[in-house]
Amino acid sequence: MKSREVLIGLLILAGLLVAPTAIYPVFLMKVLCFALFACAFNLLIGYVGLLSFGHAMFFGFAAYIAGHTIKVLGWPTELGLAAATATAALMGLAVGLIAIRRQGIYFAMVTLALSQMVFFFCLQSKFTGGEDGIQAIPRRPVFGVIDIQNDITLYYFVLAIFVAGFLLIYRTIHSPFGQVLKAIRENEPRAISLGYRIDHYKLLAFVLSAGLAGLAGATKVLVFQLASLTDVQWQMSGEVVLMTLVGGMGTVLGPVVGAAVIISMQNYLKGLGEWVLVIQGLIFVITVLVFRRGVVGEIWAAMTRRKPESGPPA
Amino acid sequence: MFELLGVPPQALFGQLFLGLINGAFYALLSLGLAVIFGMLNVINFAHGAQYMMGAFGAWVLLKYVGIPYWGALVIVPVIVGALGVVLERLLLSRLYHLDHLYGLLLTFGLAIIFEGIARYAFGASGVSYENPIPGGVNLGFMFLPWYRAWVIVFSLAVCLGTWLMIEKTKLGSYLRAAVERPDLVQAMGINVPLMITLTYGFGVALAALAGVLAAPVYSVTPKIGAEIIIVVFAVVVIGGMGSILGSVVTGFGLGMVEGLTKVFYPEASNIVIFVIMAIVLIARPAGLFGTAK
Amino acid sequence: MRLRSLMLGVAAAALFGASAQAQMTDGGIKIGVLTDMSGTYSDLSGGGSVWAAKRAVEDYLKDKPGLKIEVIGADHQNKADISANTARQWYDVDKVDVIVDLVTSSTALAVNQIAKEKNKVALVSGAASSALTGKDCTANTIHWTYDTWSLANGTGNAITKTGGDSWFFLTADYAFGQALEKDTAAVVEKNGGKILGKVRHPFPAQDFSSFLLQAQASKAKIIGLANAGADTTNAIKQASEFGIVSGGQSLAGLLVFITDVHALGLKTAQGLIFTEAWYWDANDNNRAFAKEYSAANGGKFPTMVHAGVYSSVIHYLKSVEALKGDADGAAVVAKMKELPTDDKLYGKGTVRADGRKIHDMYLFEVKKPAESKGPWDYYKTRATIPAAEA
Repeated sequence: MKSREVLIGLLILAGLLVAPTAIYPVFLMKVLCFALFACAFNLLIGYVGLLSFGHAMFFGFAAYIAGHTIKVLGWPTELGLAAATATAALMGLAVGLIAIRRQGIYFAMVTLALSQMVFFFCLQSKFTGGEDGIQAIPRRPVFGVIDIQNDITLYYFVLAIFVAGFLLIYRTIHSPFGQVLKAIRENEPRAISLGYRIDHYKLLAFVLSAGLAGLAGATKVLVFQLASLTDVQWQMSGEVVLMTLVGGMGTVLGPVVGAAVIISMQNYLKGLGEWVLVIQGLIFVITVLVFRRGVVGEIWAAMTRRKPESGPPA
Repeated sequence: MFELLGVPPQALFGQLFLGLINGAFYALLSLGLAVIFGMLNVINFAHGAQYMMGAFGAWVLLKYVGIPYWGALVIVPVIVGALGVVLERLLLSRLYHLDHLYGLLLTFGLAIIFEGIARYAFGASGVSYENPIPGGVNLGFMFLPWYRAWVIVFSLAVCLGTWLMIEKTKLGSYLRAAVERPDLVQAMGINVPLMITLTYGFGVALAALAGVLAAPVYSVTPKIGAEIIIVVFAVVVIGGMGSILGSVVTGFGLGMVEGLTKVFYPEASNIVIFVIMAIVLIARPAGLFGTAK
Repeated sequence: MRLRSLMLGVAAAALFGASAQAQMTDGGIKIGVLTDMSGTYSDLSGGGSVWAAKRAVEDYLKDKPGLKIEVIGADHQNKADISANTARQWYDVDKVDVIVDLVTSSTALAVNQIAKEKNKVALVSGAASSALTGKDCTANTIHWTYDTWSLANGTGNAITKTGGDSWFFLTADYAFGQALEKDTAAVVEKNGGKILGKVRHPFPAQDFSSFLLQAQASKAKIIGLANAGADTTNAIKQASEFGIVSGGQSLAGLLVFITDVHALGLKTAQGLIFTEAWYWDANDNNRAFAKEYSAANGGKFPTMVHAGVYSSVIHYLKSVEALKGDADGAAVVAKMKELPTDDKLYGKGTVRADGRKIHDMYLFEVKKPAESKGPWDYYKTRATIPAAEA
């Protein structure tokens, strides 16, 4: 089982390594950033059963922090990314402390409302540049030596960040910590009665997820050289939910596939105007009604139907 | 800029009154959400979109059919409510056996579809609905437009009526019983699925009614639903889903708090409700009127 | 910087100057209209801007057969990252030479940077931020139709001079609103007017009653609306409800388009004063353009942004022709600044060294319902603000 997973992972990695020769690298980088964002989100919904409808606040606010530290304070790229990730994790701590007091639908509504608060804060703050956003953020050499001005070089840097983030999530899921999270998802009262302080586990997962979402947002800043309100808007939270749902909640690769599907769709259908919105809504509805396992989940289910001895998706 | 002590008491009273009007919209919308949640255990994310449909519905009736405001006040909620019934039968009812989160996700998708269609049909800048009762009265401390007075009176009446229906009538007692033990109520020969469907239709109709009420006051754009629904979610979290009365009281109350913020610190008036929500969650996680479950 | 790009331009022109066809990169000119096709600003720009760009190309090609000019359009959804993404792809992969329209400041500023990086051209018609010709000015961008400064200056000046000497501001609490308020207030005070107060409302806002009550209590003659889009229309609508205009105060919009007036209806919008750069009913040329536009766009009428797209495309094509090449964006823009502008919609004008197009602006007042003779007959011209002061 494990070896097949590793094999699939290596195949995808090999594909990603040669991809920029065939596909426009800026587009690929966008997919990678959102894939990391969706993976971070999936850590909560897929493995703890918490639906956060406000993850844009970490993604977008970290983007502002990265933009501000790199452009205005003149910090090196890697420090800017670290600061952004740390800020997002701290926000995750604060938001988590409030939000995990409620479960299920309430949790979704509370995170949504708190992210709206962050949105208004960003809109009115001086340092975010309001509607204009932070523009023309420089691509400084990484560690002072790797020049990322070139899109191809930057692509491999972004890929490295993505792989690191992905492996961290993968390790987390398969660690004892991840097992407790799954136990909470499956049966919360039982986990409590077993003596686990579930609030601590949930909070830690939330902080980790927020930090990685922040890393994704900060990385996007390097690609587009701007940080804007789009990334803190609640619609962005909706998009990451959609990506994860389409790809497959609770599957390791699902969010990556979902991000690729949704970003490609937005990219190639952008001539359709308002219909893009309608199509996204339709995908939501259809996925929820008939396709709840998502692309990866359905494929996995089809594969395991043939080989019944296999376990559930990793 | 107004200072705290620079606000004369009359002006303060005027602002409180205006807050009450906004509160009327919050109350109507959170009431509908609470009714639906109580029966279906679904958070209706499409509630904002259905409110938006109500506003556009009134405009379409006036422009293309010639039916004035007062007709729209009855017809639009019935039509949008009927659409809600169809949605519940065709889509929502398939999800009751699953985690409640799927209901939220489904209605979120529906909300996006409705907004996209409205943009296509009416344009993004929206339309303008004429005030059916222009003019107003000078109360001394403020100028009160007749229409706003009507909004307060009417929405209070609707909220009270809904509460009476659920708490004091036989139909209401079936409803409350079905929330607690749907299996028992079904066994007593009452058609529970039908009650669920009609409840959803009623909640949606309340949202559409709020939309018709809002049309003459606000610009009617495809975005109005998405803008208000998040605030209403916060209102619902603050009030707690426990009681119908709770959602109404919280709606009006928060409208007034928001009104006061607009006088003393207008920059914060968009976030004051969310701040209150955070505080309430820390102090009383179940909400002001909720019971922990 | 400009000198260097000029020299580069000369070199490029010499290199490509051989034959008429070889001048253009990839054998032709490609114009990308990047705009809001589905959001709040789709009525004032959007598909109409694509139409206007195509119309400009048709008009230009009338007496020049054989040139290959292509117009493509895309939706940036008012998102800066989508705008940046599309612009990069257009310039890199799709060989677009010039991007036009660019409604909303964040999207325009994003493309502004990329045009400079790739040495292409950006012609901004839809966005308002005066940063485009100020702190973010580049040698590859021209700001065509209007900016916050010209609106603030036009409206502030003309109203204060004609007796509107006490103001109260309703300001959207973000950079754009604050810039409008600051610029206008400065002009009002310079002309001897007084600012009686202001209130910063959150953005976006639905309910303005509270702020309008404060404005009413200030007894200012003019209530300046330093906001845009749905905020402005909501404020105007509710002002009418609270009897502000009938009570003797006037509303001055600092950024209003004819599509906003259309959405509000004359009954609500009457008496509103604001500055625009172009009005369809001002002369025969404009009327003819509006008639064609309306026939092609479902009865809607063109805004100053549509006319600006038309005008900027015409001038771009002329300059490319004069330069005999489109390869070097900075050189084309330098040429555009050198040549005087002249087209049927904006008439004669110039492009200033910092990249701002200079033309007359107009102070309009919205007609009363009784004064309007036909569809979209909405404005009375209160004053013309000559190009030198705009």
